[in-house]
Amino acid sequence: MKQYFKDTWDGIWTVLIGMKITFKHLFTPAVTIQYPDVKVKLPDRVRNRLYVNIDDCIGCDQCSRACPVSCIEIETVKGVPGEDLGTTSNGKKKALWVTKFNIDFAKCCYCQLCVFPCPTECIYMTDIYEFSEYDRNNFVYNFSALTKEEINQKKTNFEKFQAEKEAQKAAAAAKPKTDTPPAAPN
Amino acid sequence: MYQYFYNLLGNEIAATLITAAVPLVNVLLVALIGVYLERKVSAHMQDRLGPMRTGWHGVFQTVADFIKMLQKEDAVSTEIDKKLYNIAPVLVFTGTFAAYAAIPFSSQLIGSEAEVGIFYVVAISSLVVAGILMAGWSSNNKYSLLGAMRSAAQIVSYEIPTAIVILSMVMLTGTLSLDKFSQMQTAYFWNWNIFGGAELGLVKFLLIPFMVVGFIIVFISTLAEVNRTPFDIPEAESELVAGYFTEYCGMKWAMFMLSEYGNMFAVSAIVTILFFGGYQSPVGYVGDLVGADWMIPLEQGFWFLAKGWFFIFVQMWLRWTLPRLRVDQLMSLCWKYLIPYAFVNLIIIGFISLI
Amino acid sequence: MALKTEHMVLNMGPQHPSTHGVLRLELELEGELIKKVVPHIGYLHRCFEKHAEAMQYNQIIPYTDRMDYLASMYNNFGYVIAVEKLLGIEVPERVQYIRVIMGELQRIASHLVALGTYGLDIGAFTPFLYLFRDREKILTLFEMTCGARLLYNYMWVGGLSHDIHPDFQRMTKEFVNYFKPTIVELDNLLSYNKIFIERTANIGILPIDTAINYGVTGPMLRGSGIKFDLRKDDPYSIYDRFDFDIPVGKGIYGTVGDCWDRYYVRVREMEQSLRIIEQAIDNIPEGDVQSAIPKRIKPPKGTVYTRVENPRGELGYFIISDGNTNPFRVKVRAPSFVNLEVMGELCKGHLVADVIAILGSVDIVLGEVDR
Repeated sequence: MKQYFKDTWDGIWTVLIGMKITFKHLFTPAVTIQYPDVKVKLPDRVRNRLYVNIDDCIGCDQCSRACPVSCIEIETVKGVPGEDLGTTSNGKKKALWVTKFNIDFAKCCYCQLCVFPCPTECIYMTDIYEFSEYDRNNFVYNFSALTKEEINQKKTNFEKFQAEKEAQKAAAAAKPKTDTPPAAPN
Repeated sequence: MYQYFYNLLGNEIAATLITAAVPLVNVLLVALIGVYLERKVSAHMQDRLGPMRTGWHGVFQTVADFIKMLQKEDAVSTEIDKKLYNIAPVLVFTGTFAAYAAIPFSSQLIGSEAEVGIFYVVAISSLVVAGILMAGWSSNNKYSLLGAMRSAAQIVSYEIPTAIVILSMVMLTGTLSLDKFSQMQTAYFWNWNIFGGAELGLVKFLLIPFMVVGFIIVFISTLAEVNRTPFDIPEAESELVAGYFTEYCGMKWAMFMLSEYGNMFAVSAIVTILFFGGYQSPVGYVGDLVGADWMIPLEQGFWFLAKGWFFIFVQMWLRWTLPRLRVDQLMSLCWKYLIPYAFVNLIIIGFISLI
Repeated sequence: MALKTEHMVLNMGPQHPSTHGVLRLELELEGELIKKVVPHIGYLHRCFEKHAEAMQYNQIIPYTDRMDYLASMYNNFGYVIAVEKLLGIEVPERVQYIRVIMGELQRIASHLVALGTYGLDIGAFTPFLYLFRDREKILTLFEMTCGARLLYNYMWVGGLSHDIHPDFQRMTKEFVNYFKPTIVELDNLLSYNKIFIERTANIGILPIDTAINYGVTGPMLRGSGIKFDLRKDDPYSIYDRFDFDIPVGKGIYGTVGDCWDRYYVRVREMEQSLRIIEQAIDNIPEGDVQSAIPKRIKPPKGTVYTRVENPRGELGYFIISDGNTNPFRVKVRAPSFVNLEVMGELCKGHLVADVIAILGSVDIVLGEVDR
């Protein structure tokens, strides 16, 4: 019987305690914000959409290899000698034309593993997080600065160079049969 | 009120329609404002803001939702019992709306001055059970069925403590008419039943604790009758998805929603009439003060709505504070706690009223 | 003539509001009484273990994040400890301290979700949002440190991806001070609420012997009254330096090992985590957090098993190395998976509403169950 009245009392009393707490919260200011109108200031280290500063990229493919989900696709063409590819901002000489630098953000897992190995710090994470799309294909971002014609030109340039080199090699290979080998290379 | 319009228009049908329209408008407004208020109250209790984008502080959110609901496709699954499925929401709403016929909004604004008002309200609101059972059964969904069964058991059980407390009040006041209930508790709050009624004397002070107990019992059990937390097990979201109206959408679903909020106001009104003076003002009337008699019914209407909304607020307050009971605990609360307390209360009030 | 009766079979999930993800429970009901519960898993299977075989050691870390996505830090923690043991490297003091602080913050964050959703399952909506508000503060601390809010990839083999932010220590102390009163508030609002007690006390009682037989670990085991915590019993990292208690279920409102005990153990564990953070936060030694990170992770041939006390129980990593840059095999002992097995035992003879209460108190994360 005692338990019976205690249960009744507990039931009413704990409900009143709970009501007191929620009533107090009725007058505390809201902690939420009106999102599209007000935005939270993101910290400096925030990890969102990747950005590639293609001017600094040397096409070393390290980011692509670090990526656990293979969302970075890089294709390069070697520059021919005498062609000026420019230097990166930290003074490295570029040797490759980056003909393709695609990042598929539908695959990207924002782990930041690609950022650390980059020798020129040209790939980094920005604070842009609003980039939803209606089509999955739109998530493939192309960072390469070269146009199609330029890429074709570079490719043919390199192929020509390659062919010339091959021809030279073949010629060089053909020579020893008739002549004595040269004393020193080149 | 019917008489007033009848005298004004001289046409029975027109008078009836106008008289019926007042509570209907009230039900619609209650649903409209109630949904908005629920969102806002819950939001602020949870340190959020709630709807903010449609109009000033989102006041038109429910209107927008209503328009959306109207446009929705009425998706109906193939394996249902069509007839029952379509009747159910209408029946539920009818039960809710019919209860308003006997509720006095002010001394002039009463649908029907029936002598058995309280009895009628208790009886007619049971119609809701039939609708809920129909909805659950016809949906051909296991969750709906479980929800409907729970709901039926719950509403039927909780009518008993409500009825016992009402009985004790009827015993005390000697009337079944809701209007007379209100009239007897004259203006000024110390005359309300919760403070022992209008007659000054020993009885008044003896009654106060038992009136409070009676109020708590009737409030809890009406809460259960309208399926509000902590008794919302028929529609327990985390267990039964949405209970008996899982399969409903669009306007049919809106009917259930409408009737839920309509019911909330109806039971608040009953509690108000039984214990808190009905439409009587707690602090006297301005109309009396300035000598304008026509103001009094308007003031009464205001106080009635204010009290009704206060209890709706308390219901929401409870909803956003408490977890929900289990189905068997719900029954044991009713049969093992509320009914014995209500009985003892009834007997004691009976003895006190003999003094 | 006896009427033919049959039990109703109810499919709870995979799309159900309170199966905490994509778990499917096949319930055999008699009325609302449970006769049998069969959990069906695998809706979130992502081949973590197979993936790991094709990855380099450091590339696996983002994958471990995605197992128990509510306690990613701790998954990283367990994994890096395993690989470090395989490689035989000593990590600097500073790294150890930061790892412990992050791990304990993560434990609080994870328990906040567990308790909040548990309240939600029982029907109390408001505590859920209060707890998420507090979790937000922890996530802000994480975001400030490593830039991510949920999937951190923060702990690396031999070090950390970033050093802590200059404001981190101050803000963590602020959080600790802020959070202590909110635990009291939670207790008053939910833990000691009569209805909540009615719903959880004496429900889903897990006796000690059953718990041990099923290999149950973490707050579930402690809820049954066994003082077993790997932080104390098999200390890893620097947990042996801190002074903290292990809360166990005492059956205050019911029987030892009921849902309320499991719930309450989690509440009290948050307090102990705060104690550890308080002891650690001021004693972080100076140093470089990346000094011990190996250039190339190529462990020698061998196997290793390490276990850590994840917010959900014993998280074990078993790694076989064949001397390559990729592991030969990575096996995870996921605490949620093991704890979930006991469901059938717990639910017998209860009502449908109790299944929700029991499942919530088991606190599973489907990402970890299915991997």
